[in-house]
Amino acid sequence: MGKKIATRAAYGDAIVRLGAVDPDLVVLDADLSGSTMTKAFSKAYPDRFFNMGIAEADMAGVAAGLATCGKKPFYSSFAMFAAGRAWEQVRNSIAYPHLNVKVVGSHGGLSVGEDGATHQCIEDLAIMRAIPGMTVVCPCDAYETEKAVEALLAYDGPAYLRLGRGGVETVTDRVKGYRFRLGKGVCLRGGTDVTIVAAGMTVQMALAAAELLAKRGVSARVIDMHTIKPLDTAILKKAALETGAIVTTEEANVVGGLGGAVAEFLAENCPVPVVRHGVQDVFGRSGEASAVLKAYGITPEGIAKSAKKALKLKKG
Amino acid sequence: MRPSHEKELAILATRARLLGLDAVYGCQSGHLGGSFSAMDVLTVLYRDVMRVDPKAPRDPDRDRFVLSKGHCTPALYPTLALRGFFPIDDLKQFRSIEGHMSGHAEMHHVAGVDMSTGSLGQGLSAAVGMALAGKLDRKKYRVYALTGDGELAEGQIWEAAMAAAKYKLDNLCAIVDVNGLQIDGRTADVMPTEPLDQKWAAFGWNVIRADGHDYAAIRAAFDAAAKAKGKPTVILAATVKGKGVSFMENDPGWHGKAPNSEQYEQARAELCARLAELEG
Repeated sequence: MGKKIATRAAYGDAIVRLGAVDPDLVVLDADLSGSTMTKAFSKAYPDRFFNMGIAEADMAGVAAGLATCGKKPFYSSFAMFAAGRAWEQVRNSIAYPHLNVKVVGSHGGLSVGEDGATHQCIEDLAIMRAIPGMTVVCPCDAYETEKAVEALLAYDGPAYLRLGRGGVETVTDRVKGYRFRLGKGVCLRGGTDVTIVAAGMTVQMALAAAELLAKRGVSARVIDMHTIKPLDTAILKKAALETGAIVTTEEANVVGGLGGAVAEFLAENCPVPVVRHGVQDVFGRSGEASAVLKAYGITPEGIAKSAKKALKLKKG
Repeated sequence: MRPSHEKELAILATRARLLGLDAVYGCQSGHLGGSFSAMDVLTVLYRDVMRVDPKAPRDPDRDRFVLSKGHCTPALYPTLALRGFFPIDDLKQFRSIEGHMSGHAEMHHVAGVDMSTGSLGQGLSAAVGMALAGKLDRKKYRVYALTGDGELAEGQIWEAAMAAAKYKLDNLCAIVDVNGLQIDGRTADVMPTEPLDQKWAAFGWNVIRADGHDYAAIRAAFDAAAKAKGKPTVILAATVKGKGVSFMENDPGWHGKAPNSEQYEQARAELCARLAELEG
């Protein structure tokens, strides 16, 4: 197992590296640059960094204005504020005019840990996904984050990037032929009985769950669905047809996020049992991150359990 | 200001009011009260102040305007049409499903619109972003944003005000259309926003008060704003909601209501009489 790196840290490194090659890249933050990891960018390119204070709504609007002038703004805050507090600004000032702004929500999900429910944004994937034309990306590790930031900088349009607080094992760097493409899922492990579709830190958990299932004689496919919108429907349909049962897993509310997106598509196009693993429509609470995740069943065992349920539904 | 030029501005503004009236009457929806209060300011801005070229509406060096009170398209669209950004005939498609003239300001389909707006309180932030980009690129363009006075109850306005002062955006000029009325009644009753001069000054802005229907005063305010260095300027334009049509003036009922045929004829007659008087 390699060194654990937080996706927010990989983001901080990526924007510094890309800042050198793209003079139009500008970064905004709302008094959390030490946590969102934009601080290194602020030191490297002070002219292109704007600390907007604790004012996320204004930050979103200012980013929109910068984008109308050809700048490529990435604005950062915790997911709760980047996506939550400023939702209507994202919707009306950024997404409706289809402006080239990247909304970056760090500290997404329950793994914020000790800060508790007010800071554990479990709705960001759903509310960002509900906006027409919005791209929603949730990378699983440092390597994928770096590639995602490159792709998002190259993409001319509004997007949401969800990052995590805690260190996670890097897994995508050793995937043969791995290439990050927006809207294209990655099959990380082959399998024939059930498919686990994951995004963010649950990707590593899904791989561990597949190991657990293998020991019990279940062959589980694992798909890293780093782009939740636009959804890779081809890889999903193939998985549904070939394995006949789907589990989605996300460190977010099961309402409207990855699970919602997958269930909506499959129900309309290729109906197979879909079990949505994640936060079951409740608020989180304070605790050390791994303890909080465990308390809410966001673990490899929890995913394996959901897979068993999906298999049972498949057999009817 | 020469009297002949003042007359030219008055003619333009009256023609714009007529076009706005026709547009709203035609689709039986839209916002005339706040459009008419802001019409004289917009006329001066697009005729005398802003460096824009209707043939190159996306020129990166152009001055920019953000209609933060995004519902006042019956002021902005006629002003842009009269400035030559698109045919006057396009206004017939105002708010129509067949057309491209969206009810609130829309930047991709209406030539000359620099930012899509509609949800109050958001436009000043976008203008701050434009002004920041101008500073970053060392461009000479200026950015203008028009807000309502009721709109100032939105907290985001003051977030943007702080940011503009922090970054010393002297290339930014906000105009508050102080007509004293909003949908539910008098701004002083709904949510008092005065004393506006003290508030903006406390937020680090250069404050200018002007009569928003006096062309020379409006022009002088814009000239003074362009000369102010090191801080953004706000022009508090004292206006009359519904200005130019007797029965619409100072009546909050005309915030977002379309006239019926009788009211339309009367409004049209008043504006045409004014135009005849000016042109006569």
